[in-house]
Amino acid sequence: MAYSEKVMDHFQHPRNVGEIEDASGVGTVGNAKCGDIMRIFLDIDDETHIIKDCKFKTFGCGAAVATSSMATEMVKGKTIEEAMQVTNKAVMEALDGLPPVKVHCSLLAEEAIHAALWDYAQKHHIEIEGLKKPKSDIHEGEEAEEEEY
Amino acid sequence: MGKMIYLDNAATTKTAPEVVQAMMPYFSEYYGNPSSIYDFAGKSKEAITRGREQIAEVLGAKKEEIYFTAGGSESDNWALKAAFEAYKSKGNHIITTKIEHHAILHTCEYLEKERGAKITYLDVDENGIVKLDELEKAITPETILISVMFANNEIGTIQPIKEIGRIAKEHGILFHTDAVQAFCQVPINVDECNIDMLSSSGHKINGPKGIGFLYIRKGVKIRSFVHGGAQERKRRAGTENVPGIVGYGAAAARANASMKERTAKEIQIRDHMIQRIETEIPYVKVNGDRVKRLPNNINVSFQFVEGESLLLMLDNYGICASSGSACTSGSLDPSHVLLAIGLPHEIAHGSLRMTLSEETTMEDVDFVIDRLKEIVEHLRNMSPLYEDFVKKHK
Repeated sequence: MAYSEKVMDHFQHPRNVGEIEDASGVGTVGNAKCGDIMRIFLDIDDETHIIKDCKFKTFGCGAAVATSSMATEMVKGKTIEEAMQVTNKAVMEALDGLPPVKVHCSLLAEEAIHAALWDYAQKHHIEIEGLKKPKSDIHEGEEAEEEEY
Repeated sequence: MGKMIYLDNAATTKTAPEVVQAMMPYFSEYYGNPSSIYDFAGKSKEAITRGREQIAEVLGAKKEEIYFTAGGSESDNWALKAAFEAYKSKGNHIITTKIEHHAILHTCEYLEKERGAKITYLDVDENGIVKLDELEKAITPETILISVMFANNEIGTIQPIKEIGRIAKEHGILFHTDAVQAFCQVPINVDECNIDMLSSSGHKINGPKGIGFLYIRKGVKIRSFVHGGAQERKRRAGTENVPGIVGYGAAAARANASMKERTAKEIQIRDHMIQRIETEIPYVKVNGDRVKRLPNNINVSFQFVEGESLLLMLDNYGICASSGSACTSGSLDPSHVLLAIGLPHEIAHGSLRMTLSEETTMEDVDFVIDRLKEIVEHLRNMSPLYEDFVKKHK
């Protein structure tokens, strides 16, 4: 397998796996049909807008798990504005790259963070600069029958 | 990492030491070109004749009906393309199935797009078995070839080849079977099954890689696929892969001799694995037929879990297996075979194939199942699908 050591490390020892009870924001992206679903939970301080905690659950391949793990590490302790700068490219670079066929998995990590931030913004009626409505958010209980890639 | 447990014998097998030993003299001792006339080259010619005889014997064929190729994919390509060329004046219709190997499916797509062939891809039932009434219904006056694999490489299902051969014969249609997984795993007699062409590959039966054969029944008019010299009765040019042929012959003789005993042991281990998985791990589905199944094939889907992750975790313990998930196929779709037997995408993504060898022991597979239980639990604990499922059913 052409995964980097960092990818394998994050796959084998994923950081921040789990759920946050009463999370400030939750985002789920991807779909089971394509074999990747990522859910990110954020605990955000309403005053400072600092992400105090971040957890994830992922159904997917090694790259999907590793990017989820790395992305949660990268947004933890950051402000919302800083978290918005955590792009799929940044996550990929932090993992020392991904095989070309796996690049699409890293997009999910960025989308999942954005979806969770969107959920937070909706709940608090705030606007986050540069944040758009997530395109493939699956809410709990919904059947995973989305548009095909 | 400790000992490796290799459960991917449908992908390839270890070349048996005695096979390697049989091949060795044909690299640097008897390296003569079988087409040359001096006595020294005669050794090479004798060696390929012997290999041909050893293989023909397994199939109940004549040695002149065995044509060596570079492997299973070449044999499949040759059978389909050349049969289509030779018989297109009679008709342009080919019948195959949705669960064939890509060497068949992509060749059919090529013939369809570039050569004006009409292809019927038969559905299979939920166990992966071709429906004979649908096969008969698909036959038209234009049908020139039926190609159905002997046994499936992913789910191990063995097709009713004898009945298919009978139907093909009744209608005067050529019958090709891709027996890459079945050769030396199940008894095959080309006459009893009315097989006109059969593909096989050396490295699936503890033989070397880079060698295969196409059995072509005497009288079938298919032409050369590789043009050049007069090798293989002018049907497949190129200096023969002498060590490969020697190894293939030795492997076939060896695997044929041990077939009964070996497969009985494999069936016992296979059924033990399936039984343990089904009783000890919840939310699993065994894919493929329980009985009409290759002795060494186990294919199971674990709900809420993705196949590549499963393989990577198993690899940590030195366990080699394979999966039909999209991530392992290099596309966004999971295995076409698993979809053809009606699995939803998300279940197909969580499939695991383990294929045994003569060396696999009960201790090996018990270790594998114990690890598998932990791994599936670990992956489910981080799966949002499992979380949703648990919440829904609380």
